[in-house]
Amino acid sequence: MKPLRNLLDKLHPLFAEGGKLQKLYPLYEAIDTFTYTPGEVTDGAPHVRDAMDLKRVMITVVLALVPCFFMAMWNTGYQANSIMQVNGGSVEGWRGLLLELLGYGGNPNSLVDNLLLGAAWFVPIYLVTNIVGGLWEALFCIVRRHELNEGFLVTGSLFPLICPPTLPLWQVALGISFGVVIGKEIFGGTGKNFLNPALTGRAFLFFAYPAQISGDKVWTALDGVSRATPLSHAAEGGVQAVIGVTSWFDAFFGLIPGSMGETSTLACLFGAAVLILSGIGSWRIMSSGLVSVVAISLMFNLIGSSTNPMFELGPHWHLVLGGLTFGLVFMATDPVSGAMTEEGQWVYGFLIGTMCILIRVVNPAFPEGMMLAILFGNVFAPLIDQLVLKFHIKRRLRHVQG
Amino acid sequence: MSRAKDVLLDPLFNKNPIGLQILGICSALAVTSKLETVIVMSLAVTFVIAGSNVSVSLIRKQIPNSIRIIVEITIIATLVIIVDQFLKAYAFGISKQLSVFVGLIITNCIVLGRAEGFAMKNPPGLSFLDGVGNGLGYSIVLIIVAFFRELFGAGKLLSFSILPTTSEGGWYLPNGLMLLPPSAFFIIGLLIWALRTWKTDQVEEEN
Repeated sequence: MKPLRNLLDKLHPLFAEGGKLQKLYPLYEAIDTFTYTPGEVTDGAPHVRDAMDLKRVMITVVLALVPCFFMAMWNTGYQANSIMQVNGGSVEGWRGLLLELLGYGGNPNSLVDNLLLGAAWFVPIYLVTNIVGGLWEALFCIVRRHELNEGFLVTGSLFPLICPPTLPLWQVALGISFGVVIGKEIFGGTGKNFLNPALTGRAFLFFAYPAQISGDKVWTALDGVSRATPLSHAAEGGVQAVIGVTSWFDAFFGLIPGSMGETSTLACLFGAAVLILSGIGSWRIMSSGLVSVVAISLMFNLIGSSTNPMFELGPHWHLVLGGLTFGLVFMATDPVSGAMTEEGQWVYGFLIGTMCILIRVVNPAFPEGMMLAILFGNVFAPLIDQLVLKFHIKRRLRHVQG
Repeated sequence: MSRAKDVLLDPLFNKNPIGLQILGICSALAVTSKLETVIVMSLAVTFVIAGSNVSVSLIRKQIPNSIRIIVEITIIATLVIIVDQFLKAYAFGISKQLSVFVGLIITNCIVLGRAEGFAMKNPPGLSFLDGVGNGLGYSIVLIIVAFFRELFGAGKLLSFSILPTTSEGGWYLPNGLMLLPPSAFFIIGLLIWALRTWKTDQVEEEN
């Protein structure tokens, strides 16, 4: 690694104050600190030494997402391959040519075939997300003269995972642009965004181009194949309809159509373990979200309804279908947009879980409610924190005065 | 003369009622999905502000201070009813599309704000210019918002097809969000961002 260090040191005067490329210093700094420990030393007291800086936090989140990445590619391929095996048909366009070169055989039982086909759909979305989002990020860094940081690495990983495989790439670019610029940069960049940028981008696409991100036609990576997600089946016909298309274990492992990275509850649980053990994701938010989902869906079970089949869907189904677990583990726990105080995190998680089940069950327009529930929670997080702080101050004042 | 010019032109960009004072937002969200309705709405609001400013200014020395808001609202309501009846008589289609929002001009904060804040203290001539200026400031923002919403939401401007949409055999996939009221929030937000980058004295101090 010595040559890289030497190269960076040699280039340093070019980007430093007075250098020719001074304006591009944030880019240089990003590459330098991404590969090496920063050279700057704190020069004023107090000194806090912690290996867990922003970069490590963000990288840990990306590591926690690795199983979701794997399942995103494998399941996208598996779904399309199984359909092709029954209905016939082949992969069209440049994807077909590329896959042929790589020796793709179209067998849904082959790990490699599934991964190859899945990657042919997932990787373009991932690349577009990171190139377009990264460009916006770099542009704002250079204009505002702050450092380029890894906050975007997480947004750039989460966003492709919550897209359906067939999402047109120009919409991917538009969505991530909206998420990064409107959801984050105009509020001052990483650390100042009150909404989750990845979800903001998805919500934009959801309302702007509903035909490409909801409905029955977008969840399988094949043209013209109409296959509803189990959650839309549930909205139509309740538990019976879900059992008709999938078993609970299939849904738990993620062998169902849906947004690419969020079908597998198992992969999300791995992520949850990493985030909780490393102390990055709040276990309070996750557990209060879980409790509220169970409580509210049980409540709907008890009330029952003759006209709305969603009422009968039990908590064990709610947790494995749709993006509930993925959202609760990776998005609701976003430390910037979520609640900060410990008591506040309980309230915040409860609000999100409740809202999600409410939207799923009571609102007939949207079969899935996690995206809107988290954005709703994000908006309320500062208010929750404010109230918790007020309460604390009031309680302590009593000690002072008494 | 320069005072008259300031009074007329300041509300366009320097003291834009929507951009700086953030007033009159509700109608800016509600009626801006089409350029045609916005132009009619802008004319209606400009007429009401100018009319109410002149009327209030003319009798400003006779209005008892304790009931001045009631008097102002009565004048504004009268003007709005005139506009409403006029639209129903001569532009029924547009009047239908604007529905309650013509009537709601009464509650438009810009109108009462100008009557209360300017016309009560200034002679009728200046008040008229102030009313026209604020009406135009409101109109500029609404027209820009409607321009983007109709163009990107429906691919049209004043109902002429500009970007042929996919449903009519063209290439443009309309952006559904642009037809929903929240998009006006985004556009107004971006406009304010642009305006404050241009005129930095409008940037609020952080507290």
